[in-house]
This record gives sequence, C-alpha cells and structure tokens, in this order.
Amino acid sequence: MSAFIRGIGHAFIDSVAKLGYAARLLLGLLQESGIAFRRFRLTVAQIHFIGNYSLVIIVVSGLFVGFVLGLQGYNTLQRYGSEQALGLLVTLSLVRELGPVITALLFAGRAGTSITAEIGLMKAGEQLSAMEMMAVSPVARVLAPRFWAGVISMPLLAAMFSAVGVFGGYVVGVVLIGVDEGAFWSQMQNGVDWLEDVGNGVIKSVVFGVAVTFVAVFEGYDCQPTPEGVARATTRTVVTSSLVVLALDFVLTALMFSGT
Amino acid sequence: MPSSPPFVSIQGVSFAYPTLTGTTGRQILSGVDLDVRRGQLVALMGGSGSGKTTVLRLLGGQVRPQAGTVTIDGQDVHAQDVDGLYALRRRMGMLFQFGALFTDMSVFDNVAFPLREHTALPESAIRDLVLMKLDAVGLRGAQALMPAEISGGMSRRVALARAIALDPQLIMYDEPFAGLDPISLGVTANLIRRLNDALGAASIIVTHDVHESLAIVDYVYFLAEGRIVACGTPDEIRASDLPYVRQFINGSVEGPVRFHYPAPEYAQDLGLRA
Repeated sequence: MSAFIRGIGHAFIDSVAKLGYAARLLLGLLQESGIAFRRFRLTVAQIHFIGNYSLVIIVVSGLFVGFVLGLQGYNTLQRYGSEQALGLLVTLSLVRELGPVITALLFAGRAGTSITAEIGLMKAGEQLSAMEMMAVSPVARVLAPRFWAGVISMPLLAAMFSAVGVFGGYVVGVVLIGVDEGAFWSQMQNGVDWLEDVGNGVIKSVVFGVAVTFVAVFEGYDCQPTPEGVARATTRTVVTSSLVVLALDFVLTALMFSGT
Repeated sequence: MPSSPPFVSIQGVSFAYPTLTGTTGRQILSGVDLDVRRGQLVALMGGSGSGKTTVLRLLGGQVRPQAGTVTIDGQDVHAQDVDGLYALRRRMGMLFQFGALFTDMSVFDNVAFPLREHTALPESAIRDLVLMKLDAVGLRGAQALMPAEISGGMSRRVALARAIALDPQLIMYDEPFAGLDPISLGVTANLIRRLNDALGAASIIVTHDVHESLAIVDYVYFLAEGRIVACGTPDEIRASDLPYVRQFINGSVEGPVRFHYPAPEYAQDLGLRA
C-alpha cells in the first residue's frame, strides 16, 4: 500500500519536475533565439525541411476536408432552403476552426515527429554533447532554428489548408451540386470578417505553431538517448501536442468567439 | 618543466550522478588527483566503468563534482558562468568515442563547423584550414562524403580533424583506439603524439589499449573504482609490480580487478543445491 502511495508521489514529482524543466527550456530557447534571426539561413533551411515537405499532406487533406464540408453543409443548409450560404459556412468553418486545428494535428504528425526524432538521434549520437564541447549551444544552434521555422510555417500552412478547403467546397457545392456561384462567393464575402474570423484564425495557428513545435523540440531534447527512448519521445510528441492543440483550441475559441 | 604550474589540475574530485529528486546515485569518482602540463601527453587507463570518461566530462564542465576542484590554465572550470565556460571550451578539443559527427553535414562541413561558429574568417580561408586539418588525418579526399558513407575508423579521424580545427590547448581523446584496425591504430597513435607536440597542447587519452598508449604517452594514471591506484611514466608502469597494474598489462582475469559483476553464487543462481 505504501509502495502504491510512494509511486503516485514519485509520478507526481516527476511530472512537475518535467514541467518545470520544459518551462526553463522554453525561457532559454527564447533567450537564445537571436541566432535564428541573425543567421536566418539556418531557419530558412528548416522552413524548407518542415514547411515545404508538409505541403503535400496539408494540401491534399485540405481538399478532402473542403469536399466533405461542401457535401455536409449542403445537406443541412438545403433543409432550410439556405444553400446559398454554403460558401459562408465552408469558409467560416475552415478559417475559424478546421484550418488551424487540422493543420496543427497534421503538422504534429508530419513535422513534429521528424523534429523529435532528429534531435533525439543527435542526442543519442552524442552530437549535442559534441556541440556543447565545441562551445556551441545546442539550444541556440539546433533547437531555436527548428522552433522558429515551425512557428513561421504553421500559419502559412494553415492558410494554405483553408484556401484549398474553400476551393474543395466550391468544387463540390458549385461545380458538382449546382449551388449558385454568385451567391456562394458573395455570401462568403459579406459574412466573413477580416479581423474577427481570419485574424483570430491566424492567431490560433500561431499559438498552435508555438505549442506543437515546442513540444517536438522539447521531447527530442529531453529523450532518453537510446533507440527505445527516441521511439517513446516521438510517440509522446504526437500525443502531447495533439492534446495541447485541442485544449488550447477550446480556450482560444472561448476567449475569441463567446463575447458576441 | 616540473616547475611550471600544470595546465590542467584536478584535485580531490569526487563525483556521483545526481538524480532528479536531489539524492546522488552510485559514487563514480572519489578523491581523484590528476595534473597535465603543457606539451604533455597523459593516458588515463582503467577498466570499463571505472569513471574514465566522467573525468573528461568534468574537464569539459558538462558535469559538476560534489567535492574538489578542476582548474584549466588557473581557472576553476566549475566556478565559471556560461560565457566563461564557453570561453574555456573554445580552447579545448574533444574526440568522442564514436566520433559524434553531425550526420546532416558533409565531412568538410563538419570540420568547418567550429571555424564557422567561432571565427569570422572568409570562406576561402576556412576552406584552406579545413583541407589542412583533413590532410593531417589523411582524409582530404573524403571531404565531400557524408558521415554515413565512411567507416567508423574514418569517422573518428574526421572527428579528430574537427576537434583540432581551432588549434586547442587541451585535447581530450575518449577511447581513440577502440575498434581501429592495426594500421589505423598505429597511424592514429602517432598522429596524436605529433599533434600534441606541434600544438604544444596538453592532451589526455582515456583508453584501455595499454601497449599502444604506453608507446606514445609521457605519463600514465590508472583509475580503478573511482580512485587513482597507480601513476608514473611508461617505464615506471612497465616495471611496476603493483598487482592492479600487472593484471591490467597482462590482461589476466585473476587479480584485484574483478571480471565478474557482483552476483550470487553460480550454483545457487542455476538452482543447484549443494
């Protein structure tokens, strides 16, 4: 019995200690982020690696989500005879919610895992120690460029997702089902507020970018330097960052859209 | 030479890896004293798990001792702030056991890494320096290859070129001979000696290759269970009749160093009743 209580205590202390360590790493990461901008080429290389290579999955997913929104939206709206609002429905769903959230989830799976695995394997191969011994901070040289590349890539990818999604909704709604094209676009134009909807969506995707990329670099940096440790860390990246994204989404939505 | 103060001095150092909850684990080092002068090549020998690599990590300031001091060129390594520590590390070169090359960069870029990070040299000067260092380890021809395309022994030599890129005053080698073929082994041993003399550096080799290292070093420390059990020049070590040293040099199972990890009686473990 006492062993059980001790176990709970240990688990609690360990998780608090890890949280504290993560917070300190985030502070250190922000302090040492200068290099990511002074030598912007380092960050650009990472944007290429984590941003560009995520494009295919983002664009394809965006297209299908747009298709589905077009179909489902039409089915519901036509019951009330307001299928002209399809463009508005698709766009609001995408820019407010699905664009940032699904992009972040896909990004965690596509780019977050590769960041964690890469940093974890660098740690396992003593590359991070070697860097420290060469008087180069791995936090500045390895973590910061990846972190900022993720933060910069995420809103761009989310915008891409939403744009392709709107196109998908257009294809299904207007081209295939035959919703009036003028109504589709004009309702969208009138109903979507630049700041309220698009702006808040961008804020969301920036916040998700920070969360997902930080979880990814932290898990890689903190992992046990063994094959099993890297595997566990990679899994934790996906689980933790997905949960964090969904929880943050609820909080942000409550803050942004509950007032009016 | 004995009158000059040692470049590296470790005094009364004890160390155990701390755990998350503040307690310390198994004692790795207890009361270790060790000096290295400029121009001196020192070997630190001992069996696996005797704490040899930990000594290097202490010198690099990667871990902090619970007792004792580590000074390099008169500066206490563990009294430095981050900037001071990094300034000290810029004067060190370390060869890791498996090379620890950056796998996302070519051989050339690996050797150029410390130069690009710490100097403002133009690319043409960096190229000349890198080719010089690579030539010193005989791998100028391999500059365009990626670390995955070269053998383990070659990686180690590239790592050596990287470790000396900034002409360090203290060079640390972690098992430089492990897993090398006889030719590379002889070449590497000579290279280590020549580098030390050419740079006028202080060098520490952590190794258990007795004969190779005795041939090139100036002084030897023997480490066992976290203590220095013997030290002396290679000739003194060869002539030593300390049982520990004899066992190590002759490579025998019998002696003060146990080959077996502590275990219950064999018969008992196998379930046999006496």
